Amino acid sequence: MRKRLTAVVALAAMLGLSACGGGDSAGSDGPVSLRMTTWSANEAHLKLFNDIAAEYQSSHPNVAKITFDPIPFESYTTTLTTQIAGGNPPDLAWVLENAAPDFVSSGALLPLDETLRKTDGYGFDELAPAATKLWQADGKLYGYPFSTSPFGIFVNTDLVKAAGAKSPAELIAANAWTWENAVTTASAVAARTGKAGLVVRDFDYKGWDNLSTIWTGWGAQAWSADGKTCGFNATEMVDAMAFLHQAIFTAKALPGPGTAADFFAGEAGMTITQISRASLLEKQKFGWDLVPLPAGPKGNYSVIGQGGMGVLKKGKHAAVAADFLAFLTNPANSAKLAQFFPPPRTPLLTAATLAKTNPLLKPEQLQSVVIDGIANGVVKPNHTGQAELSQAVRSALDPMWKADADVRGVLDGVCSAINPLLAK
Amino acid sequence: MPVLTDNVAGRAEPRPAPGGTAASPRRGWWTSRRRDQLAGLLFVTPQLVGAALFVLLPLGLVVWYSLHEWNVLADTFDFVGTDNYRELVDDPKLPGVLRSTLFFSVGLVVFNLALALLLAVLLNQRLRGTVVFRTLFFSPVVVSLVAWTIVWGFLLQDNGGVNGVAGAVGLDGPNWLRGEWTALLSVIVVQVVKNVGLNMVLFLAALQGVPAELYEAARVEGASRWTQFRRITVPLISPTILLTSIITVVGALQVFAQIAVLTQGGPGTSTTVLVYYLYQQAFQFHQFGYGSTLSVLLFLIVLTLTVVQWRMRRKWVFHEQ
Repeated sequence: MRKRLTAVVALAAMLGLSACGGGDSAGSDGPVSLRMTTWSANEAHLKLFNDIAAEYQSSHPNVAKITFDPIPFESYTTTLTTQIAGGNPPDLAWVLENAAPDFVSSGALLPLDETLRKTDGYGFDELAPAATKLWQADGKLYGYPFSTSPFGIFVNTDLVKAAGAKSPAELIAANAWTWENAVTTASAVAARTGKAGLVVRDFDYKGWDNLSTIWTGWGAQAWSADGKTCGFNATEMVDAMAFLHQAIFTAKALPGPGTAADFFAGEAGMTITQISRASLLEKQKFGWDLVPLPAGPKGNYSVIGQGGMGVLKKGKHAAVAADFLAFLTNPANSAKLAQFFPPPRTPLLTAATLAKTNPLLKPEQLQSVVIDGIANGVVKPNHTGQAELSQAVRSALDPMWKADADVRGVLDGVCSAINPLLAK
Repeated sequence: MPVLTDNVAGRAEPRPAPGGTAASPRRGWWTSRRRDQLAGLLFVTPQLVGAALFVLLPLGLVVWYSLHEWNVLADTFDFVGTDNYRELVDDPKLPGVLRSTLFFSVGLVVFNLALALLLAVLLNQRLRGTVVFRTLFFSPVVVSLVAWTIVWGFLLQDNGGVNGVAGAVGLDGPNWLRGEWTALLSVIVVQVVKNVGLNMVLFLAALQGVPAELYEAARVEGASRWTQFRRITVPLISPTILLTSIITVVGALQVFAQIAVLTQGGPGTSTTVLVYYLYQQAFQFHQFGYGSTLSVLLFLIVLTLTVVQWRMRRKWVFHEQ
């Protein structure tokens, strides 16, 4: 009896295995379905994508269906890699800048150069080198940087006025838009309105890479350009972090750890975030403004976050997917996408063009934050093995978020935690 | 005519065969014994297939994966023998993770069982309103774990509900989720309040099974309430104490959602317990091979603890039904 049972179990197990393994060999002869994972569930974004997909399908009867599959932002890369590991990879995927080095260097993505170059009227050479840099390896392009979104500061002008503080617009006009003054304004908002002063969006004392929007003004960097040397205990970083620590715990300009405040719900005077979040302001009742990041000791600077689109080699219809990608990002469609995602195409990067599709933003805001930002921007920290590095930095930085922290000591600790990982 | 009808009707009637079970005559191997076996097997087949597919197969695969270096993105799956196990021994982070796991599990089990037993004893008194309290303490068990944890996440913020209440009575509450010990304590309390109702109900059932005349006799002999509890209640409910402690230990070692939602293993690595660490390795750092090795370790720990508890039952479990 026991033997027979074992046989039944083994058989069931084998059936289960072969069921999981089957179905990968389908050719691309019949009508194919494509799936693209995104981290945006925004209805307007999805409508635009679906419209472009419908247009593509009408001229490509071999493509029966194109679905856009939103995955929550916080767990995006984890979910995507789990899908790949589970043998269910999407055909196309958005890739975040912090995962770009891993995806580009691993060989998971299909090189796109050939397909894009041979597509009629694609204008491959229009792509700004600053935008494509992160997505290249060995001279080949593995991801199309569909969104190159600079960080700026959104201001709740009602709260700033209620606090009687100098508004960022006034400070800019007086040529005094510096971090010192930004913190003074934020501190006044926090003290006099009971709301939060300045919120570094998505930081929440965990997403430390968002702090690069501040420390870049001091000329600091998480690690050297070649990714081999830790930058956390360099003088610039120590100065920047000491400034930030003072702004949080002495000036109370930023909400402390464990305190949530959402700018877009009217709970904060200012927030640092990407301009693509402007759509969240459409229905807001409060007055708002968008300004560039304040000047740091090293002068003016800007920081950009990027999103790329890639074709997964392991997808069932990689060639068809690459062809759709070429259509989705051709000049005409890039212009449409530009209303949500600042494009990498140089002819589209003018205030006049962007203004047509960004009704919420004024041309001078587009020029100062978007166009100048893309031209000079430093991309947020990224490295191969970013997830592990990021985790190591996060836990080593935790002791910083106390009023009596030893800033220099904590930053030395960060470097000793990540040096073995950088050396890998 | 009527005769014919009768005949037809008579033939249509099922005739009970003489001898009762002669419907399945003992021809060849198809005996009633075998028929019962087949029926039994068919009844357990769904469970058996489920267990094979979703328990045994993954268990075997995890061991198989733990012998490999599996890079999902690069699509490589290379046999590395015991390399991952050697990495496990040399992992500088593992001692800290095991320490957090130990503190968390011990804190959780002690706190959970003590509170569950206390509540059960209190609710076992024949007092008015016990039904209301019983429902109150049990209701968190049926609430969705993630929803429960997210709400607690808000309550435990620096400016959240818990500190609001503390402030109302003049106390300055700590920033619960940002201090190493308070974060660990918070996760334990959130988990205990969530699940204490289950153990409480099990204890309550056990308490109600203790014969009242034993207490009566003890009272006549002049035993204090504490002596009654120690000498009568505890020994008689010891099988339930064993059961709840096994369930709670296993549950404590597998806690994940609360940590993922509340602390993400921080601050520092103070709440990075083994399950969360293996999740990080496998799903965040894409090291499925090493992650599998960690889950083999977890499996062995749980197995060992359960076997030890089971073996020890002879020593301290009073009787088994």
